[in-house]
Amino acid sequence: MSKITINIDGKEVQTQEGEFLLNAARANDIFIPAICYLTRCSPTLACRICLVEADGKQVYACNAKAKDGMNITTSTQTIEKERRAIMEVYDVNHPLQCGVCDQSGECELQNYTLEMGVDIQHYTVKDVDRSSHDWGHLHYDPGLCIVCERCVTACKDMIGDNSLKTIARGSDPLNADYKAEMPKDAYAMWNKLNKSVIGLTNGTDVLDCTSCGECAAVCPVGALVDTQFMYKSNAWELKQIPATCGHCSAGCQISYDVKHASIDNPKDKIYRVMNEWNYVSLCGAGRYGFDYQNADAVKDEVAFAKAIEAFKKADTISFTSTITNEEAYLLQKMKEKFGVKLVNNEAKALQTFLHNYSEISGKKLYGSDLEAVHTTNFIVSVGSALKTDNPNARYALNNSLTVSKGAGLYFHPVKDPIIEGIAKSIMTVTHAPLQEEAALYLVLDLFADKSKLPSDIVEYLASFHSEKTITVEEVVKEKVVELVKEMKVNEETGEEEEIEVEKSKMVSKKVSKEVVVDDNRLLEILGADDKFMETLEKNLKKKETFALMVGPDLYTHPNAKNLARLVALIEKYSKFELVMIPALTNSLGVSLICELDDEKGSYSIGYNTSGDFVLSGLGEGSECDLDMPAINQQEGTLTSVNKRVNPTNAAIGYGGYELNDIANALGLTAEHVIEYTQKLPTEVGFQSEKFDNLPNHYENDGTEVRGYVLENVAVTPTGDESVEKFSEDKLEGCIIYLANPVRQFTDFTYKTTNLDEVSGIYMSEEYLSKTDYNEGDTVTVTSAKGSLTAKVVSDNKIAGEIIVLPTFDKKLNSEALFDGYRFSAASIQKG
Amino acid sequence: MKMEQFNDRNVADNGYFLVDIEDYPTDGWGKFKRVVKRSFRGELFVGLWVVLREMIKFDIHTVQYPEEKLPIGPRYRAVHEMKRLWESDTERCIGCGLCEKICISDCIRMDTKIDENSRKEVSEYTINLGRCIFCGYCAEVCPELAITHGGEYENASQQREHFVDYEYMLTPIDKMKAGTQMEFEGFGAITPHEDERVKKTPLAY
Repeated sequence: MSKITINIDGKEVQTQEGEFLLNAARANDIFIPAICYLTRCSPTLACRICLVEADGKQVYACNAKAKDGMNITTSTQTIEKERRAIMEVYDVNHPLQCGVCDQSGECELQNYTLEMGVDIQHYTVKDVDRSSHDWGHLHYDPGLCIVCERCVTACKDMIGDNSLKTIARGSDPLNADYKAEMPKDAYAMWNKLNKSVIGLTNGTDVLDCTSCGECAAVCPVGALVDTQFMYKSNAWELKQIPATCGHCSAGCQISYDVKHASIDNPKDKIYRVMNEWNYVSLCGAGRYGFDYQNADAVKDEVAFAKAIEAFKKADTISFTSTITNEEAYLLQKMKEKFGVKLVNNEAKALQTFLHNYSEISGKKLYGSDLEAVHTTNFIVSVGSALKTDNPNARYALNNSLTVSKGAGLYFHPVKDPIIEGIAKSIMTVTHAPLQEEAALYLVLDLFADKSKLPSDIVEYLASFHSEKTITVEEVVKEKVVELVKEMKVNEETGEEEEIEVEKSKMVSKKVSKEVVVDDNRLLEILGADDKFMETLEKNLKKKETFALMVGPDLYTHPNAKNLARLVALIEKYSKFELVMIPALTNSLGVSLICELDDEKGSYSIGYNTSGDFVLSGLGEGSECDLDMPAINQQEGTLTSVNKRVNPTNAAIGYGGYELNDIANALGLTAEHVIEYTQKLPTEVGFQSEKFDNLPNHYENDGTEVRGYVLENVAVTPTGDESVEKFSEDKLEGCIIYLANPVRQFTDFTYKTTNLDEVSGIYMSEEYLSKTDYNEGDTVTVTSAKGSLTAKVVSDNKIAGEIIVLPTFDKKLNSEALFDGYRFSAASIQKG
Repeated sequence: MKMEQFNDRNVADNGYFLVDIEDYPTDGWGKFKRVVKRSFRGELFVGLWVVLREMIKFDIHTVQYPEEKLPIGPRYRAVHEMKRLWESDTERCIGCGLCEKICISDCIRMDTKIDENSRKEVSEYTINLGRCIFCGYCAEVCPELAITHGGEYENASQQREHFVDYEYMLTPIDKMKAGTQMEFEGFGAITPHEDERVKKTPLAY
């Protein structure tokens, strides 16, 4: 892609070759009206309002690509006429319910109607029944819908659920006279609009998707709204608090929309979560799981005094990674000052993994980020249940496959119908647990530059290859010439006579052939299907950029060290750019800031986890000795998977004590915890920047101006690039996996009112139909480490036979069944 | 997005400042001087003379309030009323929230929710008459002619906060049935000849 110059309305504009004109204009603050286009998604061409004139020809700015020296006029008389006619058409039969519409003025139909100066209506068509639909967490009102298909586009190109489509409206055809008298594009747009409304792909009236709510967010009118928000508040009453989502490591930009709870209760309440949907897409947890604040906390002086006592007595602080960088820094300071141990197993695993990785790669952090994955052509994912570990990684994969013509390779033991349903170009390999090394070796084998790779690894890889002879049936086309007798009229005599004509035709013939092919035993070990190589070859055509996403399964793997080294080798010796998905919100930040220990001491303080003295942001109903604020009640920074230090603000007030108060009482003084933002360790990549200087927004061209990006500090590689051979041990039989269902991450998401996933033992529908377990049965799962009893929950977002134990309900304590690694062999019994 | 408002953590400093007022006398001599100054200016006697003069004239125009009350003009802006629809006797208010938005003294608050018929319903509505300046913007902005001003001006209260709620303002149903609901003629009411000025939307049926 090269830089080119185009001219829009007399203004010289720099842009990329092949960039859409609309994006080029937007990046340079030139206004072109557009409704149906979504940045990062493919052009829909539903609204046709982005008409411009490029080199004297009318084109749609959303799908016309920039060429060097192009001359663009954004508005001519004919274009103005088209645009006005289009807006008039959109207003035909649109109900005048603006007073009660939930869009409450944030309406693109309203804006453009006024922009185009529509004050009189020329067109009419008979309306049809457009009664509204309750789709569960969404409410659809076809009466308000302008069928711009933005919801459909977002669902298909960004999210990957493909849950929405256009269906027939069943209306009368347009008056034929309009074709002649209306502007051409306006008529074409109306003709399409008049035939369709939005419906569900599953044919029912209940949504069955991953419930991200992105479709409602992108809706330009009030047609698709969140059921929980319906008629709750006008947009203008809500104060927007810029923040960073605190549920997973994606660190999405969000804003909490807050207002007083009611006339009787002046306390702030979060009504909804909004995002810059052109540049960031949220998951269901981010969108609907917002009321996890520790609401009723008060300054309990007795408990605080006890906490100080406990801190003086404690030799261990164990904590989870749902804390800010500043709090992590405070904990590290406490360690340095009082010599306490810091225990956080999940962050420790990532820390060790990163350390092992850097021994070969020579840098502290992985090289790429999820933003880059969006535009990558070929993506491999190993060791992560993508859609639940980090929904944004799944969106990136889907976005690449559907918009950037990419292809993907997904290695995971748990079958995932959502991932499989993304596109045809996704290949999934359901390997046995513990075989992640084989997957990485396969990636090395297929993609690494063997001439540079250490020779012992090349030899080891070669040892899996053998030649084998197979019989293939090939279809061969042969030219067959035959003589055919034909009756033909002799032109001279006028009589019919029989002549012989030579005719050749192609005949396909099946031929069995014996061929010698390369047999890769790695494929067999991983359980890839026979057509794997063939499909892969097809998928690899015209692919230039490659990305590897690795996830938490690897960090806790018994051979994590070897895996880390393999990952580093892949990054070093192939074209693959690497992203590591941290397990929790701020695992990356914690692993960089804190020196973590393995074992707990005799008296421990638990921060959002169990301990002898528990500090918890979960509030009422949890085991808690002193209240702490939840992430939506705190200022601070969170380190995301994109290696970005994102600032977040307090959305709602908090009345109790926080970690900083304890630190102050113990002699580490700071008025606000954010005074530590500028003290975060620069030697691991943080910047010495004040919290108040950290921005949190996107530019018009999509540039992310949020916090800052961590510097990827170089470390001296050890020079030893050897990796161990992998063992072919695998877990077999009944297997349990430690992962959450869609929309759940931690106890904080479990606590929210809108996320209604139930705690229990998650089994796929496929597995339930094969066995005699039913949803709601009480079963006991026993592993070598322990057992738990809970109800069976049926989940159609997973497939296969692996049973998923969620972590979002602390009471279930499913971690106790696992020995670090996320998979374990187990047995199940009823009752 | 501008971050200044989030970065200002000084909650006490929200726009208040001290005005320059001459100090009150604190000692006895100062107070004495003030009394002498106020007493011997002669202004007191001007007022006393006016009262005496009018008393001797016996030309009294005083309305004997509260026994007697002057009629109030239809456009007078006193305590708000909520009107009902003539056609169905139901409430006119649709809960659009424009009155809440436009209110310059920020004295209107409303809570809305979705009702059993999937319509927007006003679940609670209050006006703080202690803050209200009776400017009439709420009545002017109301798209449904639902909130209007009435003639009820006797709203003395022991507290500064004095709330009226939806039920209080709503036209009583018996009054509605009797057909005695009065339309407001002030700002926001329909002007004469409105029908002639409206552009009609064409319909296909």
